[in-house]
Amino acid sequence: MSGQQAELPDLWQGLAAIVRRDLLLAWRRPGDVLNPLFFFAMVSTLFPLATGPSQEQLQLNGPGVLWVAALLAALLSLNSLFLSDYEDGSLDQLMLSAQPLPLLAFGKSFSHWLVGGLPLVLVSPLLALTFQLPARTVGVMMLTLTFGTISLSLLGSIGAALTVGLNRGTALLSLLILPLAMPVLIFGARTVALAATDDAVAAGVYFLAAYCMLALALAPFATAAALKISNE
Amino acid sequence: MTALLQADDLTLFRGDRCLFQGLRFALDAGELLWIEGPNGSGKTSLLRAMAGLIELETGNIMWNGTNAIRHRQRFHGNLAWMAHKIGLKGDLTLLDNLRFESGLRATDWSRLDAILKRLSLSKLTALPLRSLSAGQQRRVTLARMLLADASLWLMDEPFTNLDTAGRDLVTKIVVEHLAAGGMAVVASHQAMQIDAPVRRVLLT
Amino acid sequence: MWTYFHKLASPPHFYALSAKLIPWLAALGVILVAYGTFAGLFLAPPDYQQGDAFRIIYVHVPAAYLSMMAYMIMAVSAGIGLIWRMKLAHAVAAGAAPLGAWFTFLALITGSIWGRPMWGTWWEWGDPRLTSELIMLFLYFGYMALRSAIDDTARADRASAVLALVGAVNVPIIHFSVEWWSSLHQGATLVRADGPAIQSAMLYPLLAMIFGFTFLFGALLLQRVRTEVLYRERRARWVRSLLLPAEGSA
Repeated sequence: MSGQQAELPDLWQGLAAIVRRDLLLAWRRPGDVLNPLFFFAMVSTLFPLATGPSQEQLQLNGPGVLWVAALLAALLSLNSLFLSDYEDGSLDQLMLSAQPLPLLAFGKSFSHWLVGGLPLVLVSPLLALTFQLPARTVGVMMLTLTFGTISLSLLGSIGAALTVGLNRGTALLSLLILPLAMPVLIFGARTVALAATDDAVAAGVYFLAAYCMLALALAPFATAAALKISNE
Repeated sequence: MTALLQADDLTLFRGDRCLFQGLRFALDAGELLWIEGPNGSGKTSLLRAMAGLIELETGNIMWNGTNAIRHRQRFHGNLAWMAHKIGLKGDLTLLDNLRFESGLRATDWSRLDAILKRLSLSKLTALPLRSLSAGQQRRVTLARMLLADASLWLMDEPFTNLDTAGRDLVTKIVVEHLAAGGMAVVASHQAMQIDAPVRRVLLT
Repeated sequence: MWTYFHKLASPPHFYALSAKLIPWLAALGVILVAYGTFAGLFLAPPDYQQGDAFRIIYVHVPAAYLSMMAYMIMAVSAGIGLIWRMKLAHAVAAGAAPLGAWFTFLALITGSIWGRPMWGTWWEWGDPRLTSELIMLFLYFGYMALRSAIDDTARADRASAVLALVGAVNVPIIHFSVEWWSSLHQGATLVRADGPAIQSAMLYPLLAMIFGFTFLFGALLLQRVRTEVLYRERRARWVRSLLLPAEGSA
């Protein structure tokens, strides 16, 4: 018996533990990674099929279409973020673990990004090719998508925490998160479009970085509050 | 002398229903608190409220002199939770699950082998948890509690899915825990035959 | 002073107080709106640029301003309810949401009608105000959808409070990003309500409409909150004695 005052746990260890666990779980279920990727690719293909193969149109719409597709693909994997933990009682254990809940919430958001956001970023150059976007846009696209998908994972975690266990959760989650995600979408897509026309992109990138920082600072706390409310 | 765990004036509403009002109890080292009552009387809610998962309408919970609701982290560092849902990942192996738990807390990993042997789980470490039987899974939750080395155990219906041998094992482990100076709060609609000082709270 | 606030937070006290306030707010609102409408339609001279079309600002501007004020009221009272666990605050947030959504809708409709003679189209994505009003409408929908998806009132209150606060943080960001985005859009004619210096003959009716709408909003909000309070406290003794006087006898 270690006595009444157990020492407080190491926070880095706790963060590493939850990220590791979620990555292990995603490894056991490859669909979690692959489904959003396929969705991203398919939605990006839908638009050229619908609007025609004219190069001018593709290049004009490319950044926007890719960004919307990435947004929707990231949303797709958010609904189940807390669902299994909620259903099997792991969420109770997480909340009672003496680790700060915002830290654990951040860990879950981070592993969601690693599984459902980062792959989108890595695949985006290929899709940019199909839209015949100039090579100089690829770097900007990956950078903006990185900031954007991180922000989405963080924002989306709040929505997922608020709607965990509710009927029609996915539709509701989208309704909650999409309005909040619009600034990210606007700046992301427009910045890539600016890169395509060889204009200055610094402003857009800075904005996305700033928004990402804001989300990093605030979202875990909102997610933790939402989890406590939903778990009652 | 104030007890280690002291609860005063606990009131909880679920929706419009008042589950309990003005409840008070105290618990000291080596003692067991048995929350008894029929199904639906609020035992689980009381336990969850004690753990801090549900907000009480009114009430104070003092742990070793400090307010357990306000200083949650320290309180949680000292408690281990066992409920009807096992709180483990079916896709991961027993070892992965316990390794995760020990990553969250400061645990002594070297005790693992002895614990697994005690609970007859040593041969099941490499299997995904969902291929274990319900009784075996419940024993894994016991392993988690032993590994956590917390002084206060909160247990909600710990005998579910266990046969007589399993129930005896749980009782034995709880008694050992109490004898070593630990405390346990058990919610159970079944009577508990236990060789230790027992305080009772009855919910109707 | 604190006892006053404490009293204010008590539902029966609020119920009684609001009963006295509503007629005054409604009366003031109707008078101001009546004056504003008449003056706006008949007394204010036509705009040198837009002719008579500008007159819709007398509805559009108050509606737009109230749509944002309602959101702030919703977010602030939700925050108060969440932090200080005041049930009445949650009732205010619940009552403000549908009202805010209606005013947003009104702002969008009048904005669109205004835009038609200006831009030639019923909708102009290049106008940042219109676009951010649309996003605000979605924010309201999300809030109301979340509320209705959760059965337990307490959980619904608290969850939607978190959402309202997160939304409140994002509202300025959304406005700013839409402004930046629309400034990149070529060929949009930005119609601004607070454009060049506005003459007093045009201004007074506008002020009257703004205040009048606000008073009416206040009256409507109080009425909605009264209903919310009655529903939430339906099992309390004071409600029963209020609604069932015959039963009140010992």
